[in-house]
Parts: sequence; C-alpha cells; structure tokens
Amino acid sequence: MAGQVDALYLFLVLITTFFSLLIAILILYFAIKYKRTPGRPAEQIHGSTLLEIVWTVIPLGISMVIFLWGAFLYFHMQRPPSNALEIYGVAKQWMWKFEYPAGQREINSLHVPTGQPVKVTLISQDVIHSFFVPAFRVKQDVLPNRYRTAWFTATTPGTYHLFCSQYCGTKHSGMIGEVVVMKPADFAAWMESGKAEGSLAANGEKLFQQFGCTTCHRPDSGARGPNLEGLYGRPVRLQDNRVVVADDNYIRESILDPNAKIVNGFQPIMPTFRGVISEEGLLQIIAYLKSMSEQSGQPLNNRTSPTELRDTEVPNVQQQMQQDNQNQKPPGKQP
Amino acid sequence: MSSTTQPVTHVMPARHYLNDNYGIRSWLLTKDHKRIAILYLFSITFFFFIGGIFASLIRLHLLTPGGELFQADTYNKLFTMHGVNMIFFFLIPSVPAVLGNFILPIMLGAKDLAFPKINLLSWYIFMGGATFALIAMVSGGVDTGWTFYTPLSSGYVKTNVITMAVGILFAGFSSIFTGLNFIVTTHRMRAPGLTWGRLPLMVWANYAASLIMILGTPVLAITLILLALERGFHIGIFDPKLGGDPVLFQHMFWFYSHPAVYIMILPGMGVISEIVTCFSRKRVFGYSFIAFSSIAIAVFGFVVWAHHMFVAGISVYSAMVFSLLSYAVAIPSAVKVFNWTATMYKGSVSLDTPMLYALGFIGLFTVGGLTGLFLAALGLDVHIHDTYFVIAHFHYVMVGGMVMAYLGGLHFWWPKITGKLYPEAAAKLAALITFIGFNLTFFPQFILGYMGMPRRYATYAPEFQVLNVFSTAGASILAVGFILPAIYFVWSLKYGEVAGPNPWGATGLEWQTSSPPPTHNFYQTPVVTEEPYYYGTEEEVRVVQ
Repeated sequence: MAGQVDALYLFLVLITTFFSLLIAILILYFAIKYKRTPGRPAEQIHGSTLLEIVWTVIPLGISMVIFLWGAFLYFHMQRPPSNALEIYGVAKQWMWKFEYPAGQREINSLHVPTGQPVKVTLISQDVIHSFFVPAFRVKQDVLPNRYRTAWFTATTPGTYHLFCSQYCGTKHSGMIGEVVVMKPADFAAWMESGKAEGSLAANGEKLFQQFGCTTCHRPDSGARGPNLEGLYGRPVRLQDNRVVVADDNYIRESILDPNAKIVNGFQPIMPTFRGVISEEGLLQIIAYLKSMSEQSGQPLNNRTSPTELRDTEVPNVQQQMQQDNQNQKPPGKQP
Repeated sequence: MSSTTQPVTHVMPARHYLNDNYGIRSWLLTKDHKRIAILYLFSITFFFFIGGIFASLIRLHLLTPGGELFQADTYNKLFTMHGVNMIFFFLIPSVPAVLGNFILPIMLGAKDLAFPKINLLSWYIFMGGATFALIAMVSGGVDTGWTFYTPLSSGYVKTNVITMAVGILFAGFSSIFTGLNFIVTTHRMRAPGLTWGRLPLMVWANYAASLIMILGTPVLAITLILLALERGFHIGIFDPKLGGDPVLFQHMFWFYSHPAVYIMILPGMGVISEIVTCFSRKRVFGYSFIAFSSIAIAVFGFVVWAHHMFVAGISVYSAMVFSLLSYAVAIPSAVKVFNWTATMYKGSVSLDTPMLYALGFIGLFTVGGLTGLFLAALGLDVHIHDTYFVIAHFHYVMVGGMVMAYLGGLHFWWPKITGKLYPEAAAKLAALITFIGFNLTFFPQFILGYMGMPRRYATYAPEFQVLNVFSTAGASILAVGFILPAIYFVWSLKYGEVAGPNPWGATGLEWQTSSPPPTHNFYQTPVVTEEPYYYGTEEEVRVVQ
C-alpha cells in the first residue's frame, strides 16, 4: 500500500512542480521582458475564450485523473481482506491498548507478522483519537461511539512509529507507541510467550454470565430477548421492518442503547449497560458472540411470528440488500 | 488619467477625512467607513502581532524534539490561541473590514456604505468578541485547538472554552454585518454608469466573500452555541456519553470553516487583480472569467466541507463525492492564476512593492493550491491528513496567499489612506525578506508532513529535528519581514512624501479623488463611462508618457 500511495504522491509532486515552475517562470519572464520602458506602452488585450477553455479543461482533466486514482486507493484501504489477522485496539487519554483474540494484551505497542494483512478494530474510551502508522500510510480516526477499522500488511521486520494524529488533549504528543513487525515464526513465538488470561471470547462469556444476559437471551421460544447464537454478521429484521446487519457496531449499540434498534417480535425491555461495561468488556462480549456464531448454526431468531427473519430467508435478504445498495436506495423504510 | 511620471510636487488636500474632526469622540462615534476601516486596522494589527508572538513561541519550542521550553499544556494553548487569533481576529476581517471597508464604497463612487451605523456596530461587536477572546486568553487560555473538536472541547478540557466560543460568536456577527453592508452597497449605491460589468474585480471578490459571510457564519454561531450548551449544561449533542455524535460537530464546524477559508482568500484575490493590472498598465485578461470564478468559488466552497473528514469515518461514497467536488472548487482558482499571469503578457510591468507582494501571492498561492490537490486525493489524504503537510498547505494559502495580498493591498492603498508614500526601498526589502522567510519556514513542513510528523505535537521524534530547525530559522526571518512594514508605515505618517491623488497612475474611482479622500469621498458624484482597468488605447498612453 505504501508503494501505491507514494506513486500517487510522486505523480502529484511532478504536477505541482510543473505548474509552479510554469507560473513562476512566466511571471519572471514577463516581468523582465515587458519591464516598463518609456515609449513602449502596454498592449491592451481583452482576453481569449479559447485560452480560458484550455486552462479550464486541462486542469479539470488532470484533477479527474488524480481524483480517480485517489478514490481507487481509498476504496482499497477501506476494504479489509477477509483473511486478516484481527486485533482490537482501545484508545484513551493518552495510551493505546491492544488485545489479540487469543487474549494477549499490550500497551503502546503492537506486534504484527510480516506478509499477513492485519485488521485493527478501534474504539475510544473518551475523546477522538487517530491511529496513524506513517510507515504503512494508514490512518483512521478512533471514535468514542463506534468501531472503525484500519488494516495494513507489513512487509519488512522492524519497529515503526505509532502516532495519535487527532489532537486529544494535554499529552497528545505523548500518545505514541511502536508497531513491531516480526517474521511469522518470530511472531508465533511471541504470541506463545504472551501471558494470556483466557481468550477474548472466554472472557466475554464470563461477562455474559456475570451480567445475567442469559436470563433473557436464551435459545428457547419463551425467552424475552432474541437468541444470540449465530447472530454475528447476519441480517436482522427490526420492528420498523428495516433490515440491518448484526456487526460490531450494531452489537455495541444494542448493549449501550438497547432501544435504538428493537428486533422484530420483541419488547423494548432491556436496560442500558452504558457505564457498566468497559470498552474492553464490550469487545470481549462481541468476541464471544462471534465465537458462538462460528461454532453453531443455530436459527437466528427464537420466535415464530410471521415477520421475523428465518434462516432460510437470509440469503434472499442479503441479495436484496445488495441490490438496494446498488440502486442507491436505503433498504426498507427510513425514519 | 493622470500623468505621474513627471516629478510633480503634491500637497496634502486642505480638508480630508482625517482632519475633518478631531478628538476621541469623533473616532469612536464615527459613521465614516474610512475611519471605521482605520479602527479595524488598529484592532487587527494588534491581533496579528499577538498571534505572531504565539507563532514565534511555537517555533522556538519546536527547536528541540524534547520540547524543553514549555509544558505540553502551555504548548497546546499556544497553538490554539495562535489559530483562533489569526483566523477569527485577523484573517477574516483583514481585507474585507480594513481594505474593503475603506476602498469598496469609493470604488463604487458612493459616499459611504449603505448602512454606516451598522458598519460602526460591526466594529463594536468585533471589539466585544475580541474582549471575550482576550479574557479567555489571559485567564488561562484555551487548549482545544482552533477547531474545537468534540467531545474534547465539550467535556474534557478544563479551560475557558465557552468564553472563547462567545468571543468567536461575536466576531462572526461582525463579519455578517460587514458582508450585509457590502452586498447592499454593491447592489444599490453604484455610481451612474458603473454597471456590473464595469465593477472592479476587488468589488466582485468582496461581494462573493460577503455571500459566504452571510450564508455561512450563522452555522458557526449555531455550532458554537450548541457546543456551549453541551459544555455548560450537559445537553447531549456531540458527546456520545450524553447520547450525542462527535462527528456531527465536525460536519457543522466545517460547513462554516471550509467556506471561511474562501472568506479569507477571495478578498485577497480581489486585491491581486487590482495590483496586477495597475503595475502591468493593462486591462485585466479575461475580466468576466475572474469575476465569475469568484462567485463559483463561493458556491462550490459550500459543498466541499467533508474533505476535512476523510479519515473521520464518513462513508466511502460520501468521501468520493466530497473529493470530486473539492477538485471542482480548485478549477476557478487555477483560472484566476492563469488570468493574472496572462495579464502581465505584453504589459508595461514595473516592480513596485505592491506588485512584488502580488507576484509573491501568485507564486505561493499556486503552490498552496496545488498542494491542496494532494489533500483532496482520498487515498493520499489518509496519510497526510493531520500532519505538517496540512499545516504547510494551509499557511501557503493563508500566509503566502492572504497575508501577502493584505500587505500588497496595504502598500497599494496606503497613499490613499494616509496621503503619504511609504519608503519604497525599505518596503521592497521587507517584501523580499517576507518571501524568503516564508518559504524557509513552511516549505520544510511539507516534507515533515510526508515523513509523518503529526500536527499539534509538543514533542516529536528526533528524526524530524533538522527540518524543524530550518522552519524555526525561517520564522525568525519572516518575523523581520512583518515588523519592518509596521515601522516604516508609522515613519511615513510623519516623514513620508506627499502622495498626491494617484501615485500609481491607476484607474478606478478611488484614484480620482484626493489622498486622503474627503469625508464624503467625492465632491461630485463621479460618472463612469469606461470599462474597468482602462489603461487607454495605445495612442492615449503614448501621449501621457
């Protein structure tokens, strides 16, 4: 990625140098050549529509090339590959905490292997921060209200800067860390040596029990809350007939602000867990839900009301959502 | 057409706006746009030097990577107050409220602006805002950055954010009043014969900027009020802990603050059009293209705000739209640069001080504008966003562009404002020093940015030090370039040569009245029969020379 960004950068440096020199040389040339001399008045020229068109169309053409090139790179940057190694990051004034699915944790440092895409899911505990690794040309603001992801593939072992690039208060310039890139074998050894206090999902399961989530979120049909097995990554039909995908942000919102999106067929009875569960705890619970959907193919909903989304419907709904996206229409009713 | 090449000894006019009345009351209660412009000149010069002191301290602090000079907190306050000072209390009022206030009614052949009392009110509101800002600064300062991003500003910092926000809110209202006055005056008070097609480009540029002031500034006011409500009363708007959305703040803030950079640069572009034509002795190349490009910038400028938010988590598709539109707004600026350059072609060019500043503007604005293309390119912006690259780009446009234009305009109209000529040799030297100092200060920052040095860092990695030292060295040269004009302008008030009505041999109604102009600008309402920048047919010009 760094190479591709640099290529666009160099192209722009060339464009900038060319036009800056063009203007500078013309100005200097005109200033000398047409220096005021008695007896040689200025030639009054009204302008030239042809020239105006030329110097409108050429910059427009060049800038469209830059636009498409930049947009192409950006698209690529915003789409993490599915085989990426997933790491979770929590930012707070003024430090970075990273957790690996197997439970390894580190502060202000991030170990990654070479050659494998790494996807970092980021959330802030307080203000907006920004995850910036200049060497990988990657930057993503870390928001306090939703997960954002950044991804990169490191190629050369070494230690690289990790900066917070969004001003975040007093020790903003101290919110720095390092990204340690290791060969895959070294990385595996490092992972082994990391003292894991149980995997993310295992810790999530503990929290799930501790907060009594299972009281309502049960697989049987008498449960007051939707069954969460197999939920992660699947479409869910809401009360207002909208269909949303149960991704990280949806689950986080449903825990902190349960009434924002009520699953069809259920009552808005869940209390908020805002201020009760830490950002790390939320990540663990999400990891737990994710592990549940990886393990079992349970039906999505434990209700049988006619509007609910059944397992067999899922492919159809996914297809429909894709079409809706292509038609630039929001799915279902919009508030 | 006046002939100025022969040595003529001018005398100051017997009566003019400066000696019409004396005493502090005659200034503080004046409704004369020219005197109000002088009041603004003193006010913003004060803020320029305060902001400049903050800038010098920032550069001094950054000499060493460890940042030994100040605590991080102090450093954060310095860059915040540098930004707030320079943007809201210097750049936005600079050309419109000082030069525009003075020259726009005279260019239109009017006796005053349409609403003289509102004009005076705008200065008082500005000073009210300035007072709040100063109170915020001396009572501990503000450390949010001039962008006031939430939830940092609304719930986390402990400084006087609300006081500062009120100050900026007031300053915003003063610019709304100035914009309102300019628009009405341009529509209603043009001299007979002064059609829209004959308006000086300075008027077009200020008109376009006024549209933005009126349409954009209320959004800033709303944003700041919401910020104060959240900070003061914990009403959840932007802070997710209170149920708000922090990115909403960025949308609202940039909806004003991006067009605001056009409030700052457009009037400067107007100044450049006046200077380039005058010192090339030539009608402007492509009048209507320059005029309408100002309007195009004002219109497009409103739909590009989210290009400040490409890494803030907006959707990929809206990022694409805003990137595309950002290129659309770049084109009218390019058109202007090409037209100014073409205006010099086959002209009769003399490199007096205003022209030096204007040429500096064209060169530096070109670099500033082109580096904007880097930031609008989505994939590339991800890397250079919030780094020193942005700082360098912004200062190339705002200092290399706007401050150069302001200084050029100040030199250009100084004889009109005061009736005295400034010392030309010293002024040329200052222009040269400014140009060199500026480039040495800010060019290294482009490289720093691409190397990955984030902005707003009180301490930085050691590998960035060399370029930071260059930058600081440049800043000390730049400071000399800014202090010199302050000295010789004051000197010229007493010792300067009497300028006469038209020292540059320029066209335009402002040069047809005496210097300084009488209180009501003209003894007889002028009638316009020519196109603007009518530097004569070849025969006429020969006769004059």
